[in-house]
Amino acid sequence: MGRSRSRSVVGAGTALTAVTLAACGGVGGGGGGSDQAASSSGGKVTISTMGFGLPDEIATVRVKTYENSAKGGPVKITEGGFDEQQFLAAVASGNPPDAVHLDRAKVGTYAARGAIVPMDDCIAKSGIDMSQYRKPGVQQVTLDGKVYAIPEFYGMRLLISDDAVVKKAGLTTKQVASGDWDTITMVNDKMTQGSGRNLKVIGYDPRIPETLPLWAAANGGQMLSADGKTASLGDPKVVEALTFTTNLVKRAGKYSEFKATREGVDFFGKDNQYATDTVGAMPIDDFYLNVLADVSPKAGFTVSPILDRQGKQINYSGGSSWAIPKGAKHPEEACEFAKVMTAADTWVAAAKARAEALRAEGGYYLGTNTGNKVADERIRTEVFKPTGVPALDNGAKVLQQAQDSAVTLPATYAGSEFEKAYTDAVTRVLEGSQTPAQALKQAQGEAQKALDAAAKSRQ
Amino acid sequence: MTAPAASGPPPTSVPVATSARAGSRRARGWGGAGRGQREGRWALAFLSPWVIGFVVFTAGPMVASLVLSFTDYDLVNSPRLVGTQNYHDLVSDPRLLTSMRNTVIYTVLHVPLAMLLALGLALVLNRLARGQGFFRTLVYLPVMTPPVAIGAMFLLLLNGRSGLVNEVLSWVGITGPAWTTDPAWIKPGLVLMSLWTIGGTAVIYLAALKDVPVQLHEAATLDGANAWQRFRNVTLPMISGTIYFTLIVNTIASLQTFSEVYTMYFGNAATASSSGDAALMYAVYLFQQAFQFLHMGYASAMAWLLFLIILLITVVQVRVARRRVYYEGG
Repeated sequence: MGRSRSRSVVGAGTALTAVTLAACGGVGGGGGGSDQAASSSGGKVTISTMGFGLPDEIATVRVKTYENSAKGGPVKITEGGFDEQQFLAAVASGNPPDAVHLDRAKVGTYAARGAIVPMDDCIAKSGIDMSQYRKPGVQQVTLDGKVYAIPEFYGMRLLISDDAVVKKAGLTTKQVASGDWDTITMVNDKMTQGSGRNLKVIGYDPRIPETLPLWAAANGGQMLSADGKTASLGDPKVVEALTFTTNLVKRAGKYSEFKATREGVDFFGKDNQYATDTVGAMPIDDFYLNVLADVSPKAGFTVSPILDRQGKQINYSGGSSWAIPKGAKHPEEACEFAKVMTAADTWVAAAKARAEALRAEGGYYLGTNTGNKVADERIRTEVFKPTGVPALDNGAKVLQQAQDSAVTLPATYAGSEFEKAYTDAVTRVLEGSQTPAQALKQAQGEAQKALDAAAKSRQ
Repeated sequence: MTAPAASGPPPTSVPVATSARAGSRRARGWGGAGRGQREGRWALAFLSPWVIGFVVFTAGPMVASLVLSFTDYDLVNSPRLVGTQNYHDLVSDPRLLTSMRNTVIYTVLHVPLAMLLALGLALVLNRLARGQGFFRTLVYLPVMTPPVAIGAMFLLLLNGRSGLVNEVLSWVGITGPAWTTDPAWIKPGLVLMSLWTIGGTAVIYLAALKDVPVQLHEAATLDGANAWQRFRNVTLPMISGTIYFTLIVNTIASLQTFSEVYTMYFGNAATASSSGDAALMYAVYLFQQAFQFLHMGYASAMAWLLFLIILLITVVQVRVARRRVYYEGG
């Protein structure tokens, strides 16, 4: 009696602990029979996602469109940005989500490791028309000839200049938006006010390190081979681009002071750099136009296209995508989900809902940049309406025209390490510890070593 | 343990010892062995959550990481044995050396400063005649701030152009540095941020100060000792065990610092791409290797190197402490 009670005490303690531990695990949809029951609702399969949220109508309407579609079903969304640690732990534990929402720049790295699976079969079976997606977007999710994700948003850069600063410097917006680097150097000199600790106005902020690929492309340089296997950071055109852009920053004095000034502004608020006239011009992510439309639509700014050194429009695109992790329980449904979420009809419905919501609250709808060119065209003609604010309408027009001029870096086996190598190189030059040639030579070695190691692991 | 009973006359504490042995014999006679076993099982039952937790969350992962440190493992595919390659690579990794240097500098600056300030705070709190509970809570409250919030808050407070810290410094005529952007000032800035949570150490010191016998201070005062001499020769020796404890704990925590630094300098693409390596702490680099570059084998080797370094430092601290620390009753 006593012994059996003791055993039951130990057993109960162990069971309690085991239950507690079991409750801590699991990220995806789970597995086993009970999961099958839980993941089915009225004969429809519930799929789970990771790295996605529902901040506005663009997200909610698209999810609802899938849920209400003939082949759709309920979607269990674990809200939040893509978390590498969470995702890899879920894949490694065999309990991944059915669909993962991630930056296209990371697709190559995860594809090379097999963390996400090729989608060519599902594309064929689901009848996804890949020609509707923009080429740079597809290029970013294609590795060794296989497509590993479906492109979603299509982020670009816009050159936004501050009218007051431009005017005070005795310049025109056309001069500021020039593709000629001597002219940019000149406008930077004229617009910059003060330097170092007394820096009052940053003239032309090239937004490096993150925009180095854009500047390199504007100079005709190539940082990575088309197959994503060979780095070419030592390309003289890339070195020249780094030299030019770092010199723009150096005009403002010590990099630490320049950066402190840049970080000291209320970037997303009413006292942003255009409202306070503390920057002349900068190539900035297109979403920032929506920020300005929201917080200071009449701050006095002009949006211009970015030009290469030959004066032709150029842009650098990035953005999100939908992929299917290795071990996903419902890959077919996830494929259908990715198809519906990025289909032209879905985008248009979501854009209409977003536009109506914004207009109802007195805001401005400037468009939705998708990786689907059919959707973009329909949104432009069916949803977008001029706002009546010249700066915003001009910005929306520039953005629409910029969509076809974007380039990007191809998918690669070691995207994070490649990016780390060149951004560190830029920082070393900005901090004055290396020349552009030295920094990019070191970065080339680091990047190629990482690419080779990843290629070896893949074999 | 049982020798006294078998050898000669009992010592002076005979009554107690004899009584205890007699009690023990009675217990055995009344089924004491069974009770002992039952109590043992109950003890095991109550301990089992901790034991299982330790095995599953600490010992198990440690053994796993030791095994993984000899493999090439990307978290997706099966680990592939590479012998001691990861450990060889540690030696030739310049970023590892940078991260180690940063971490050591941070630790050397943070630990003594945090301990001194916490001790000062505790001494002030200990002298308060009224409202001690309120101020104790007030001092401890910042410790409750989530590390991510601390990182985000100090990124604003320490901004070289618009931060509150430099604003306050300017009131006394000091032009503050670019704490978050100048590589030379990033680590001092991090140390400044780390002081936000010294309340935990201060509360431990306060508890130790409360335990210092008043009679010792009175005796020292009667002998003519001034305040400094009483602090130096009475208070410090009496709380040296606590100081030693906080030294070890703070050193280990500093060598593993991660959350606040990661939030400030590596938490988003823009800061991560423009921060350079001035804030690259060992644990941050370990995380990057494991989850951004997918080198879990290498990261495991890094974890074991850090473990050995911490072990070595702790052993040195223990050796030194033997001559410096006073333990009551021992």
